[in-house]
Amino acid sequence: MEVRYGPVPALRDVSMEIRRGEIVCLLGGNASGKSTTMKTVIGSVRPAKGSIWYDGEDITGWNTSRRVAHGIAIVPEARRIFPRLTVLENLMMGAFIRNDRAEIDSDLERVMGMFPRLKERRGQRGGTMSGGEQQMLAMARALMSRPRFLCMDEPSMGLAPVLVEQQFETIQQLNVTGITIFVVEQNATMALAIANRGYVLQSGRVVLAGTAASLLENPQMQRAYLGM
Amino acid sequence: MDYFLQTFPQQLVNGLEAGSLYALIALGYTLVYGILEMLNFAHGDVFMVGGFLAAGVAGLFVHNGVAAVPAALVVILMVAVAMGGSGLLGVGIERIAYRPLRNANRLAPLITAIGISLLLESVVQVQISPAPVLVPSNALVSQRVLQLGNVATPFTGATLFIAALLLMVALDLFVFRTRFGSAMRATAQDREAATFMGIDVDRVIVVTFLIGSALAGIGGVLYGLRFATVDFFMGYLLGIKAFTAAVIGGIGNLRGAVVGGLLLGVLESFGGGFISSQYQDAFAFLALIVVLLVRPQGLFGQPLTDRA
Repeated sequence: MEVRYGPVPALRDVSMEIRRGEIVCLLGGNASGKSTTMKTVIGSVRPAKGSIWYDGEDITGWNTSRRVAHGIAIVPEARRIFPRLTVLENLMMGAFIRNDRAEIDSDLERVMGMFPRLKERRGQRGGTMSGGEQQMLAMARALMSRPRFLCMDEPSMGLAPVLVEQQFETIQQLNVTGITIFVVEQNATMALAIANRGYVLQSGRVVLAGTAASLLENPQMQRAYLGM
Repeated sequence: MDYFLQTFPQQLVNGLEAGSLYALIALGYTLVYGILEMLNFAHGDVFMVGGFLAAGVAGLFVHNGVAAVPAALVVILMVAVAMGGSGLLGVGIERIAYRPLRNANRLAPLITAIGISLLLESVVQVQISPAPVLVPSNALVSQRVLQLGNVATPFTGATLFIAALLLMVALDLFVFRTRFGSAMRATAQDREAATFMGIDVDRVIVVTFLIGSALAGIGGVLYGLRFATVDFFMGYLLGIKAFTAAVIGGIGNLRGAVVGGLLLGVLESFGGGFISSQYQDAFAFLALIVVLLVRPQGLFGQPLTDRA
């Protein structure tokens, strides 16, 4: 597919495949097209050429809310918490597409069990929480829609190393429960440690692709992204 | 001093009455601004159209000062037609005039809004009536004057105040206590993130225009019953004052619009009653200038849109 902002293509001939149950990571430096790829998957940006398929359906023309209703969720870059809604209201927004009140309540208990801090702060406004707490909230909020396919845009950005590690552990746990995960990351070492496969973007093109193990071994990869 | 003490309560009541109408219209400005960050300058004229719809319904059923069917039924019909008609008008304006410009330069929708405002005024002036149209208020509602001590107010004025207050409470409950209300607030705070939640932002915007415009429509009914007349220009000054009220309260903030409206009405009434009635309108805008100088974000500093 190709994505353009005005006349300049931001992505060119990018082709990716994410299979059910996988963790796939997308790596690359600044302005390589990672975020554009993510926006195209969630539907904020429409590709100029090419198509996006999900669960055997062509979803290229679907708007974001329809994609979310079909089980795609995103933990966006910079978290994008609703700053003046409470923690609880933020979580309930995550469940906006659902109508099963009892199940929503049990999911609420479940995510608050995963992130006890959110339970303590349920009445507090989202914008008043620390970066780490907001990241937890963004993740919990995405889970409230019961996604089958979870996209994570730069989950490690701006977090302390301890929190980054927790974050990646949580991603692995979620994957074990059956959620397919697509993670966009600058931190290649962390991402490849949990991913099955990875793609590397450079100036809007896929320059490397393969299993996490093969990417870790790749000399070009080691030089450019892994700091070896 | 004696004069001041004697007339103070009366001026306060007059001010609250006018202010409740400002507040009701101000809500429409502030709702739309909160979600789209655009000033819908046609809103005052949506109020005017509501007044004309109410006058039209009243004209159908009232002949020679006598209602053909029970007066209460006529009033209910007036409210329904004005709210529905104004609501749909607001939604139509958004669909035709504002939506195509949603990603345009901020100035484009603003100028378009002014154009729609002039269009509505001209159409009503040319097609309906260039002169004021009478609303047979005396055939429909009690014209009694309520008296409490030395304060007097017509029944229709008290009705205006109470109805406006009830509507504002209802809107507040809707926005702060319902799921759709939360979706509206989420959309106001971060439109793209709202789409990530599966919220259909276009639908939120349509509902926002529908509610704001319907409130303006019922405002038109209350105005018509209170003053027994409507005219094509009535939304102009009132719209600007309601907008002023929204800015004083902190545009984008619902409770701010209510407080701003009531405050503006009272200030105007005091200024007109104690200083100079000829300068009554000027006091409203003087208040605006003072608030903007001292507290540019309005009294309720953090608007609905605030991105912390």
